[in-house]
Amino acid sequence: MLEWQKALRSFFKRKPAVLGAAVLLALILLAIFGPQLTHFKPTFQDYDHMFEGPSRLHLLGTDQLGRDIWSRLLYGSRLSLLVAASGVVFGAVAGVPLGLIAGFYGKWWDTVIMRSMDILLAFPGILLAIGIIALLGPGLYNVVAAIAIFGVPQFARLVRGSVLQLKGLDYVQAAQAEGSGDTRILARHILPNALAPIMVMATLRTAQAILIASSLSFLGLGAGLDQPEWGAMLADGRAYLQTYPHIAAFPGVAIFVTVLGFNLLGDGLNDMLDPRLRRNV
Amino acid sequence: MWQYALRRLTHLIPILIGVSVLIFLFVRMIPGDPARLLAGQGATLQEIEMVRQDLGLDKKPVAQYFDYMGKALRGNFGKSMMTRLPVAKEIGLRLWPTVQLATVSMVVAIVIGISAGVVSAVKRNTWWDYTAMVGALIGVSIPSFWLALMLMYLLAVYVRVFPTFGYGTWRHFVMPAFTLGVGAAASIARFTRAAMLEVLNQDYVRTARAKGVQESKVRLKHALKNAMIPVVTITGLQFGFLLGGTVVIESVFQWPGLGTLLVNAVNGRDYPVVQTLMMLFALQFVLINLVVDLLYAVIDPRIHYA
Repeated sequence: MLEWQKALRSFFKRKPAVLGAAVLLALILLAIFGPQLTHFKPTFQDYDHMFEGPSRLHLLGTDQLGRDIWSRLLYGSRLSLLVAASGVVFGAVAGVPLGLIAGFYGKWWDTVIMRSMDILLAFPGILLAIGIIALLGPGLYNVVAAIAIFGVPQFARLVRGSVLQLKGLDYVQAAQAEGSGDTRILARHILPNALAPIMVMATLRTAQAILIASSLSFLGLGAGLDQPEWGAMLADGRAYLQTYPHIAAFPGVAIFVTVLGFNLLGDGLNDMLDPRLRRNV
Repeated sequence: MWQYALRRLTHLIPILIGVSVLIFLFVRMIPGDPARLLAGQGATLQEIEMVRQDLGLDKKPVAQYFDYMGKALRGNFGKSMMTRLPVAKEIGLRLWPTVQLATVSMVVAIVIGISAGVVSAVKRNTWWDYTAMVGALIGVSIPSFWLALMLMYLLAVYVRVFPTFGYGTWRHFVMPAFTLGVGAAASIARFTRAAMLEVLNQDYVRTARAKGVQESKVRLKHALKNAMIPVVTITGLQFGFLLGGTVVIESVFQWPGLGTLLVNAVNGRDYPVVQTLMMLFALQFVLINLVVDLLYAVIDPRIHYA
C-alpha cells in the first residue's frame, strides 16, 4: 500500500506525465461517449453540404462527400485506440513469454528464440508491417496483426533482459532452493518484477502503433472505404489539399494529440522507473 | 579491430539467411496458387505453367529455396508482374533518389538533433532547454505524412516557395528531407541531451574546469566527445527507421524512389518486387547496425575488441 502511495505521489509530481494521462483519459471518454456528442452518423453523406468549413452545425466542417468531420473523428478514435492497443497487447502476449523462456532457460532456448527475434528486427520501422500487409492483404484486422508481430521481438528482448537481471537475485535463488517449480518462479517471482518496464514499453509502443496504423491506412493498406480511420481520412483530404486543407488538417491533429498523450505518459513512467535519470529531473 | 569486424560480419550471416528464408516463405504463404497469382489475371493455363516452371514451383521447397537464392545472389530477382521488367532493373532505376533523400534527411536530422541536444543540456532548465525538449516531443509525436501535407499547403500552395512534389532540383529536397528528418532529429536530440547531462556530471569534466580549461573547450572536447558514444547508436538506429519512413514520405511527395515502388508493388500485389525490396531494406538495416557497432569501437578508446 505504501509503495503504491509513493508511486502515485511520484507520478503526480511529473506534470507532463499527468498531462499525458489527462489527454488519454479525455480521448477514451470521447471514444466511449462519441455517439452522444454528435447528431451525424460518420458515414452519412450530405451532398448539399460538401467541403464546408467549420460551422455551428458541422463543428469541424464536412469532407468531399459531405460527411461530418467531427463525427468521423469521434468514431475514428475508437478504431485508432482499439487497433493500436490490441496490436500492442497481442504483441506483448506473444513476446513476454518468449522473453521469459529465453532469459530463464538460456542455452539453446535463448539462441533459437533470440536469433528468430533478430530476424524480425532486421526489418526497420514500418517495413515489417508493410510486408505483413502485403502478405495478408489490407484491412484493419491485418493491421492489428502487423502491429502485434512488429512488437513481439521488442517485448521479448526487454523481458529477456529483465529476467537475466532478476534470475541471479537472492530471493529467486531461494525460491529455487526451496524447490518451487519453474512456472511458479516465473509467474510469482520474476514476471511481477519485470512488469513495470513492460508497462512503460507498452505505453510508448502504443504511441508508435497509432502512427504505424494511421500510416498504413494513409497508404491505402489499412482501413477500408468509408471507415472513419484517421489515416484514411487524411488520405481523403490529400486530394483536396489545395482548396480545402481542413479535410486533411483535423485528422492529423487527432493523431498528433493521441500520440503525444501516450508519449508524455510513457516518458513520465519511464523517468519514474529509471533512478539514474531521476537525478537529472 | 579487424578481427572484431570479421566476427560481427559472420554473426550477420545467420540473420541474413533467416531473413531470406522468411521472405522466401512469404511468397509460399500467399493463399492460393502462387503461380496463378504471379501470372496475373487473365493468364492462360500455359502462361501459369510457364511461371510455375520459371519460379521452379514444380520442385521441392528446399530445392526451390536454393534455386531462388542462387539466382538472387547473381542479381536475378525475377520479373515485375506489373511492368514485366527485371526487378533488379526496376530497383536500379529508383535506388539513387532514395539514397539521396535518406542521406540528406539524415544530415538534417543529425545537425538539428545534436545541436538541439547539446544546447538544451548545457543550458539545462532554461527557456532554451524547454523549447528544445518540447520541440523534440512534438517531433516524435507528429505524424510525418501529416506534417508533409501541412508544409505542402503552407509552402507550396499558400506561399509558393517550394514545388509541391516531384524530384529534380534542390528545392524538391527541402520539404521531404525536413519531414523525414524531423522524427530522427527529435530522438537524437533527446539522447544527446541525456548523454551530455550524464557526462557533464563526471569527475573528469570537473577536473578540466578546475584546471582552468575554457568552458567552450570543456563542453566540446571533454563532454561532447564522450557523450557521442550513445548518440552514435541511436543515430544508426534512427537511420534504419528513416529508411522505413521513406516509404510514406516518398509516396506523399511522389518521389521516384524505392518507397513509392514498394507501395505500388504492395497495392498491385507485385510479389517479386515486394520480396526483393524487403530483402534489400533488411540488408541495408543490418549493415547499418554493423557500421554502428564498428564506429563504436573506433570512437570509444576504452573498448578493445580482441
